[in-house]
Amino acid sequence: MALKTDAVGKEWPGSTYQVGREKIKEYANALGIDNPVHFDVEAARAAGFRDVVAPPMFAVVYSSPAVAPAILDPEVELNFAAMVHGGQAFEWDEPACSGDEITTATKCLSIEEKDGKGFYVFETNSVNQDGAQVARGTWTLIVRGV
Amino acid sequence: MTLNAGDQIPELRVTPDKYLPHRYAGASGDFNPIHIDDEFAKAVGLPRNILHGLYSMGLVAKANAALADGNPRALKRLSVQMRGMGVPEQEIVVTGTVKSADGNRVVVDTVAAQGETTLIKNAEAELEL
Repeated sequence: MALKTDAVGKEWPGSTYQVGREKIKEYANALGIDNPVHFDVEAARAAGFRDVVAPPMFAVVYSSPAVAPAILDPEVELNFAAMVHGGQAFEWDEPACSGDEITTATKCLSIEEKDGKGFYVFETNSVNQDGAQVARGTWTLIVRGV
Repeated sequence: MTLNAGDQIPELRVTPDKYLPHRYAGASGDFNPIHIDDEFAKAVGLPRNILHGLYSMGLVAKANAALADGNPRALKRLSVQMRGMGVPEQEIVVTGTVKSADGNRVVVDTVAAQGETTLIKNAEAELEL
């Protein structure tokens, strides 16, 4: 069965995430990251950040909510039950700090079949309230038995 | 720290406890039951509840950020492939080798493994130190 590729190039409008100190702390604690710039506003300001700063991989926290509607879009026809997260990339620019409002837009880059598996690649682009680029993500989702 | 191609980065060893997937689920917002419900995971053919792939990627980011004393500005790019399934209560070892070093730009090849299982491979991190 040929994989449906109509959604390649489709874009989903931005969803906005408000970054908060407690959420950064919770994420850093889960990863065992102990740099005070993630916990203490004075330490963060002394290091030149506006406020408590997020570790780079906090990007998944503010950008995932923008990927969900793309994965679940009926036009994409992605079999969520047979999906695994096969690959992930991020490129970072402006750090994400508490108080930021980060808007992430999603685009379907490609849908391809390889060895009986479907490879769905989405791109996320996250910008902050000043319009500065925060992170760009590439999400490779693999669906078995397509 | 001066790094040259071929140098090993300091190893990161972490043993996620039984409830780590629950804490990571809360922190990340990913409550997929395969990560937090052992019975559900077994019912869908997994050995037990498994770690989030993005948690393992987070450890890879942490091991690389350590080269810059954890400075969150240092990591510019990280690209990984997720392979084997990680499980709680077993040690994860993150190792890396400097692929290239050009002035303050360093590229590191990183692997995360748990026993014989590779969790993250072909991980390429680019740092500005």
